[in-house]
Amino acid sequence: MPKLTSHPDEVKIISKRFGMGAANIDRYIELGGYEATRKCLAEGSEWIINEMKASGLRGRGGAGFPTGLKWSFVPKQSAKPKYVLVNGDESEPGTCKDHLIFLHDPHAIIEGTIIAGLAIGAKMGFIYLRGEYRYLIEIMEKAVADAYAKGFLGKNIFGTETEFQAVVQTGAGAYEVGEESALMESLEGKRGVPRIKPPFPAVVGLYGGPTVINNAETIASVPHIITMGGAAYAAVGSERNGGTRLFGISGHVERPGIYELPMGYNLKKMIYEVAGGVRGGRKLKAVVPGGSSTPVLLPEEIETLGMDFDQVGKAGSMLGSGGVVVIDDQTCIVEFALRTISFYQHESCGWCIPCREGTDWLKKSLTRFHAGFGTKKDIDNIQYLAENMMGRTFCPLGDAAAMPTLGFVKKFRKEFEDHLDGKPCPYAKHVEVALV
Amino acid sequence: MSSAETMSIFSPALSARFDALVLKYPVKRSALIPMMLYAQDEVGYLSDAVIEEIAQRLDLTMLDVRNVASYYSMLRFKPVGKYNVQVCTNISCMLRGAYDIFEHLEEKLGIGHKGITADGVFSLEEVECIGVCCWAPAIQVNYDFHDDLTNDKVDEVIAAYRAKAGRADAKGESANA
Ligand SMILES: Cc1cc2nc3c(=O)[nH]c(=O)nc-3n(C[C@H](O)[C@H](O)[C@H](O)COP(=O)(O)O)c2cc1C
Ligand code: SF4
Ligand code: FES
Repeated sequence: MPKLTSHPDEVKIISKRFGMGAANIDRYIELGGYEATRKCLAEGSEWIINEMKASGLRGRGGAGFPTGLKWSFVPKQSAKPKYVLVNGDESEPGTCKDHLIFLHDPHAIIEGTIIAGLAIGAKMGFIYLRGEYRYLIEIMEKAVADAYAKGFLGKNIFGTETEFQAVVQTGAGAYEVGEESALMESLEGKRGVPRIKPPFPAVVGLYGGPTVINNAETIASVPHIITMGGAAYAAVGSERNGGTRLFGISGHVERPGIYELPMGYNLKKMIYEVAGGVRGGRKLKAVVPGGSSTPVLLPEEIETLGMDFDQVGKAGSMLGSGGVVVIDDQTCIVEFALRTISFYQHESCGWCIPCREGTDWLKKSLTRFHAGFGTKKDIDNIQYLAENMMGRTFCPLGDAAAMPTLGFVKKFRKEFEDHLDGKPCPYAKHVEVALV
Repeated sequence: MSSAETMSIFSPALSARFDALVLKYPVKRSALIPMMLYAQDEVGYLSDAVIEEIAQRLDLTMLDVRNVASYYSMLRFKPVGKYNVQVCTNISCMLRGAYDIFEHLEEKLGIGHKGITADGVFSLEEVECIGVCCWAPAIQVNYDFHDDLTNDKVDEVIAAYRAKAGRADAKGESANA
């Protein structure tokens, strides 16, 4: 079972019930659970959306889109049923925060789903978890069954005239299914190939109906925002970045773990104080700030960097999924780049040529390079290839593969050059990627 | 669906579960992916018979079912060991020694990526991120996570599964169940 970690700088909003047995519905109610839903039933759609807008909450799935605004895009009238979709596919390497929410606070997900439904006028919500999370799917299913038994889900929720049904769905192994339109395809029983946008899900989504899709952490934040008030939640974070987020710190740190910190928290402090610094007293070489698709940052770039969507964007990377991967000075960046691209090559759905072929060529080039058979021209070729994938694909996976590669080549060119002329890797031992 | 009801290849419990599952969605086909995974959990892999019955239950062709199944990495058309040992070697795990763990397992079990031990008890697989990056390095054996591993801990984990397989054998269960 994943270990819970703690640090005095944490501001526990989403994680405040972690480790308190809140997967049990009675315990959850005892801890103030389902009050937010009751309040929303009384206040209605417009009030909910206003609170969400005031909260400054931005999507925790990676792109950081303002949640209240997203909800407001759903048309009021619709011939087709509307849906809420919770994205718990959580497959971006370096990311394991939703894992803890499903494990410790499944009812917060249910509450958030119902509230999103009330806001947009949906009567049904789907909670989609990656297939590997079987034990969490079982926890979620039990929570949903308990909520039905209490009358919190069903035809007349909380004794009102309002209907809301919730279904927990399992995936079966596919990173690309985390992309919102691919997830809808998967939920419709198809291959996880994304759809062309527009139309956007808010207009034409699941089963052709208007759909709001949000990350599991986004959804779990909703009841807390309702309880504490949008403005109070916004005040916790930084400018235009409301609230807190579950940062996952992994890799070469003394105390890896999930820590809930205010948006805008300094990255250097996060690594050196919250996570206890670089493991074994080694030196920091690089940081991947928000999951494997976000461009790498150098130690000098994190000194004053606040971890919110805007500041990390300005620094040339992205806050992404909030998965901070810390790399020490005894790591080979070429190897790291190779392992990263191998993942995207493996997960490309194969629809667009730049993504399918580009990831394949990058993997081949980097494999050869890391084995010591690269030429100087290869370094330029890797960069050229990655640059030409950018913005030329149907879904953002192509960019997600190209962006980190570009970061590695541009910021660690010397390390690539050190692999030239048949020299064995000077930084680490060789890795053969066996995945097919 | 009557033929599926009368001559299902699944256990009565799973069959009943599937009958209920198709009613959960606005569109029956939405049950396809869960159905394939749960069927695989019971049968071991997506055999022709499994695919045929799922196709029948959802009014799809066997080709439709195969086509969707081939997209998802957890779905398979061949059996694996009773305990499928999946080692994450993605970045967070790699940084904390995942390849050492993988090599240790290769040596210990005497098999490589996608191999199955001769007694059918274990199979080994290198997999992508399994969502436990902050507790790396980690493996997943069937659906159970084992995290914060060292080679010694891996030995304990494997020994425990081996003992479990031995007990199952003693009770007369098939090692491939
Ligand atoms: C290739 C790819 C994989 C993605 N994987 C996930 C995922 O696992 N979980 C997630 O919440 N969002 C994922 N996203 C983002 C979703 O498409 C979508 O933007 C998000 O679920 C919206 O929720 P939010 O506004 O709450 O962030 C992924 C996007 C892409 C392009
Ligand atoms: S970018 Fe890659 S994953 Fe996305 S649609 Fe194109 S081929 Fe598929
Ligand atoms: S990188 Fe191994 S679990 Fe995420």
